[in-house]
Amino acid sequence: MAEVERHQYDVVVIGAGGAGLRAVIEARERGLKVAVVCKSLFGKAHTVMAEGGCAAAMGNTNPKDTWQTHFCDTMRGGKFLNNWRMAEVHAKEAPDRVWELETYGALFDRTKDGRISQRNFGGHTYPRLAHVGDRTGLEIIRTMQQKIVALQQEDHAELGDYDARIKVFAECTVTDLIKDGDRIAGAFAYWRETGRFVVFEAPAIVLATGGIGKSYKVTSNSWEYTGDGHALALRAGATLINMEFVQFHPTGMVWPPSVKGILVTEGVRGDGGVLKNSEGTRFMFDYIPPVFKGQYAESIEEADQWLKDNDSARRTPDLLPRDEVARAINSEVKAGRNSPHGGVYLDIASRLPAEEIRRRLPSMYHQFMELAEVDITKEPMEVGPTCHYVMGGVEVDPDTGTANVAGLYAAGECSGGMHGSNRLGGNSLSDLLVFGRRAGLGAADYVRALSNRPAVSQDAVDTAAKLALAPFNDPEGEAKPENPYTLHQELQQTMNDLVGIIRRPDEIQQALTKLDEFRARYRNVVVEGHRQFNPGWHLAIDMRNMLLVSECVAKAALERTESRGGHTRDDNPSMDPHWRKILLVCREDDGDPVVPDVSVEKEQQEPMRPDLLALFDITELEKYFTPEELADHPGRRT
Amino acid sequence: MTYNAKMRVWRGDVDGGELKDFTVEVDEGEVVLDIIHRLQATQAPDLAVRWNCKAGKCGSCSAEINGMPRLLCMTRMSTFSETETISVTPLRTFPIIRDLVTDVSFNYEKAREIPSFTPPKDLQPGEYRMFQEDVNRSQEFRKCIECFLCQNTCHVIRDHEENKPAFSGPRYLMRIAELDMHPLDTLDRPATAQSEHGLGLCNITKCCTEVCPENIKITDNALIPMKERVVDHKYDPIVWLGNKLFRGREER
Repeated sequence: MAEVERHQYDVVVIGAGGAGLRAVIEARERGLKVAVVCKSLFGKAHTVMAEGGCAAAMGNTNPKDTWQTHFCDTMRGGKFLNNWRMAEVHAKEAPDRVWELETYGALFDRTKDGRISQRNFGGHTYPRLAHVGDRTGLEIIRTMQQKIVALQQEDHAELGDYDARIKVFAECTVTDLIKDGDRIAGAFAYWRETGRFVVFEAPAIVLATGGIGKSYKVTSNSWEYTGDGHALALRAGATLINMEFVQFHPTGMVWPPSVKGILVTEGVRGDGGVLKNSEGTRFMFDYIPPVFKGQYAESIEEADQWLKDNDSARRTPDLLPRDEVARAINSEVKAGRNSPHGGVYLDIASRLPAEEIRRRLPSMYHQFMELAEVDITKEPMEVGPTCHYVMGGVEVDPDTGTANVAGLYAAGECSGGMHGSNRLGGNSLSDLLVFGRRAGLGAADYVRALSNRPAVSQDAVDTAAKLALAPFNDPEGEAKPENPYTLHQELQQTMNDLVGIIRRPDEIQQALTKLDEFRARYRNVVVEGHRQFNPGWHLAIDMRNMLLVSECVAKAALERTESRGGHTRDDNPSMDPHWRKILLVCREDDGDPVVPDVSVEKEQQEPMRPDLLALFDITELEKYFTPEELADHPGRRT
Repeated sequence: MTYNAKMRVWRGDVDGGELKDFTVEVDEGEVVLDIIHRLQATQAPDLAVRWNCKAGKCGSCSAEINGMPRLLCMTRMSTFSETETISVTPLRTFPIIRDLVTDVSFNYEKAREIPSFTPPKDLQPGEYRMFQEDVNRSQEFRKCIECFLCQNTCHVIRDHEENKPAFSGPRYLMRIAELDMHPLDTLDRPATAQSEHGLGLCNITKCCTEVCPENIKITDNALIPMKERVVDHKYDPIVWLGNKLFRGREER
């Protein structure tokens, strides 16, 4: 049927954010032929929006920092639900990945002795974030984009063709993965510009598609974040874990309405900014949870002393992990101590000289000035929680990024496990460097070990083409045609209201009923116009993924009857050590090719390696683990 | 606070098109991109527009608003009067794809023509030492979000298709300046900026600087210093002799 162009590659990377680009670089440097497919123009991926920095225990600002401390901070931040092996690999390899960026041309802010400067951030014991003002993500994506250009220039010099080993397929959207038996065989995509179809024949695919935030109404995420990788993986038979854990960043803009949700970097607090309620109280001192008691400053004097000298006092509770701060703001607003537009105040104006604010936080200054007419060097910002990051994602092997389907890899936000129930700020940029590289490496090793290549059948291509074109067909029978924009708005409202920051079982149940209804209505979505750069059609295709991923979030959220990190249950407000050992695994259930049903099963978490467990004090572990799990801890035996 | 705005949006493709009039609701605090999105959701579902972050960080939603090159997401409706008709048209310098979307591949091709960062061969990762005052200049240029508004507005190519092959445009001449000012780059760049990338075609009218949404001083801080370095190179007899004898610092 449909006329399609076909391309053969060793590895196809879906997504051109940090994780995708790092995977491309790795696979190409190992001699493979790589395609990178992205929905936007090259260099526009959501990574550009990362602001604060990239966490790596280089010890430049405080030499006491080590990978062990970073590992421990990451596990604490994730409330010990993290895949400990991923957290270990991440903490050990992050410094090398950052230094490597300098060899590609990155220019981080410097310390006095000329090394990479590191800043404080929530949940990190020491100043750890390599940064460039508040535009670190831009620096990282541009650096890798330019590294890819450098590699293409090498290929051009050697082979006369820039695209000989790396080709960028920009503004090209993958709609389905194609398998040959149990193995990945390729992917089906369309060009946004022309609407024409593309088939990639490749034995290995790396998913690096980022998050799912566009299923929520108030979000810091761009339109691309429609859970594509999550959904592609599920439909190909892979599993997702931790989907109930969604991070609401505590500080998003709340006013004006059209910018509600846009991120205000945690770097504001890292550089001394403080949260205040309408009474002018620094309320975070009242929200230090029992598990963090003793680790944070208990008075304003102590918190301010810490800002001057990290070693002489405990850190300010303004820099508790994000889940804690988001819940605290939520409580203050609920108690009526909110700012005029329903948030709280974030004050940097009274904490730093204007000149210094503009130097350290130029994008924030610009953003508030242009979009809200607020001068942050003179008045406080109004902020509130915004859907920011999904901890859940494709279940992968920690060392190679392999999913539960041969030839399928995932890295960055669309993979799961690394961050447990809550990600620390700054651990995302480092995550995508470390695991982007590992996935590229994993895919390269897999491809080189293959004795024969899988094939893409014409049948599979025809089926995928039919599915992609379905939104142009009239609905069957008497059904009313649905507008994709309307359906999308209803989905966002539902997820925001019913599976948001604080969750109740009856509300989640309502959301699931709604999702069933949306799924039925989705079949009647009809788009106007033709296939050439048609945003209505693009949204209709993305909706298929959002519906599936939202189902995973809601179902897992209903199942987990405790509160932990990015999952807060109104009816079960505390953490339960028995739940710490359990991962909720989502699987495609009924084989429906459009939006399949999802099943959720419990899976036992692998016990932490003893030498890693021994890095923590027994009294801290007792807050998270069952006594049986700690029987062999050195602190217990003595 | 809500009012109805009169919008005039260019619709069409490579075969031609026209300005279409729309009346659209505007709420408090909204930017032009919000209005374009409302048009999509209510009146023109297939209206093509590029956008991503809606926070002025990705540089995707470049267009011309009342003829001025701007980001749709950073242009507040409150900068116009409620009675004014606001026109939104695609970038003029690049070929039309559809509606507000243009083919910006020119820029990616130019990016590939600039020799990449070349550090000293024996310098190991982790051993890079640079001082803040020495990276400030290049960091300013690295704030660039590649919205291509400067490329679009530059009159060297805006209405002169014939200059495109010889001219990289302000964004990429600035990239050369950025690499030239990188404390650890080893290539000699000013001469090729002139001979390969068309620096000489720039006559410093500062149009690029005016439209830059990141407020980068492209002309003053990147282009003029590069021009000065080209001049130094050309007329410095010692450099000239050195080039004759040693063929420059590196291959060029």
